[in-house]
Amino acid sequence: MKWEIADIQQWPPGKHELGHAIPEAGNSCSYKTGGWRSERPIRDEEVCTQCLFCYFYCPDSSVIVQGQKVVAFDLDHCKGCGICAAECPADAITMHLETDFHDDGEEE
Amino acid sequence: MSTAPILAVTGNQAVAMAMKQIDPDLVAAYPITPQTDVVQQFSEFVADGLVNTEFVTVESEHSAMSACVGSASTGARTMTATSSAGFALMWEMLYIAASMRVPIVMTTVNRALSGPINIHCDHSDTMGGRDTGWMQIYNEDAQEAYDATIMGFPIAEHKDVRLPLMNMYDGFIISGAIGPLQALDDEQVKQFIGEAPTYPGLLDSEHPITVGPFDGLHGYYFEAKMTQQQAMDNALGVIQETYDRFAALTGRQYQHLMKYKMDDADIAIVVANSAAGNTRNVVDALRAEGIKAGAIKLRTFRPFPAAEYAEALAGCKAVGVMDRADSFGALGGPLYLEILATLYQYGASPKVGNFIYGLGGREIYPHDIERAFRMLKDAADGAELPKSRVYLNAKGA
Repeated sequence: MKWEIADIQQWPPGKHELGHAIPEAGNSCSYKTGGWRSERPIRDEEVCTQCLFCYFYCPDSSVIVQGQKVVAFDLDHCKGCGICAAECPADAITMHLETDFHDDGEEE
Repeated sequence: MSTAPILAVTGNQAVAMAMKQIDPDLVAAYPITPQTDVVQQFSEFVADGLVNTEFVTVESEHSAMSACVGSASTGARTMTATSSAGFALMWEMLYIAASMRVPIVMTTVNRALSGPINIHCDHSDTMGGRDTGWMQIYNEDAQEAYDATIMGFPIAEHKDVRLPLMNMYDGFIISGAIGPLQALDDEQVKQFIGEAPTYPGLLDSEHPITVGPFDGLHGYYFEAKMTQQQAMDNALGVIQETYDRFAALTGRQYQHLMKYKMDDADIAIVVANSAAGNTRNVVDALRAEGIKAGAIKLRTFRPFPAAEYAEALAGCKAVGVMDRADSFGALGGPLYLEILATLYQYGASPKVGNFIYGLGGREIYPHDIERAFRMLKDAADGAELPKSRVYLNAKGA
């Protein structure tokens, strides 16, 4: 069942499910936690060996892999813990302060 | 009236028997004095194959209540029991059980909270837990504890309530002492509690749900708390209906508050649990002197039947509230505060005194209760009642 919540900000107390259960499962991806991040991982394509250590170590499933290759980080959910950078055997990932990025994603 | 044979059992045996007849789907529990032999006896029923219950032994009461929340979230009938420090260790999960609206039924055998370390009876544990969102029913003796356990699920599972419920009785005084019990037949219990209602649960893989989620994305915590209060309001009627249905079956009629000689009472004492018996005896002795004394025994404390207390006490000139727990730094003990607020809100104006008694299992004798009544009598005749606590049977007081 899909949880229809377009107007949830106006819901009165009785409109929620009993015990405030959510009548669907697997919905944590709709909660974007990227805003908690103070440091952003940047991967150097030239140095990366595609060993996928970052993919396996990431506690938030925020390393996006396509065709068995790391293609990007899911910045909507990456919290910037830096485990990927710490574990990368090739030192291809470095952490950069969020405040150094412009709104368009370009680093200063 | 019931024609069932009268058994001689301890309070804990009575509750274990009730749990056996209820045959819950799951019991998760950890031992603590003086509750231990409730679940110890129940575990023997499990071992002997007399119940179908999944019995989960856990490493703490925090885990016990966590397991109960998970179990009840599937729709399984879930029970546990605890006391004192074990109850305190459940604290976080008690709020979660109430807010997730899972109808767990728990026995809490009242015992003091440390320190100094003390294993004896007072009501510090559950009186401290009065704001957890659980329904609370206080019981005088083994019979009441047994009856309240049987009535637990029909109240907690009711569609307009769906809240966890805890039943209390006094540690050692009732839990370990032998008293009379008229039990129901297994079949009577089965019919009275009926089948557990089905509701969306965690094990329904066709319709998966999420329970206990973070509200941070949409911010509905405030409204969630409002629905808990609405359920408590609903519970007041559902509990009385259940008491009435139980009376039709057994002849034992319970009320939210049990009035004794209150119709024309000038002075009255409000008291919970086992001390109510001696209080009634003192009322009888005072009545023989021509003093119009009465007593009210607390049963339902959450939800609090304020209107009924206001009505019952409106005609009194002086009221004493006996608290077997204190609320340090407050105006008085928890029951006193509740009664005092009720009388103010409903415009009744008897003088009200607070009598603290029985902390850490200190004996409470009839002459202690009589002392309280004499002070109330003097107040009814014009004297002032102390605005601070009066301690009954404290050393050097």
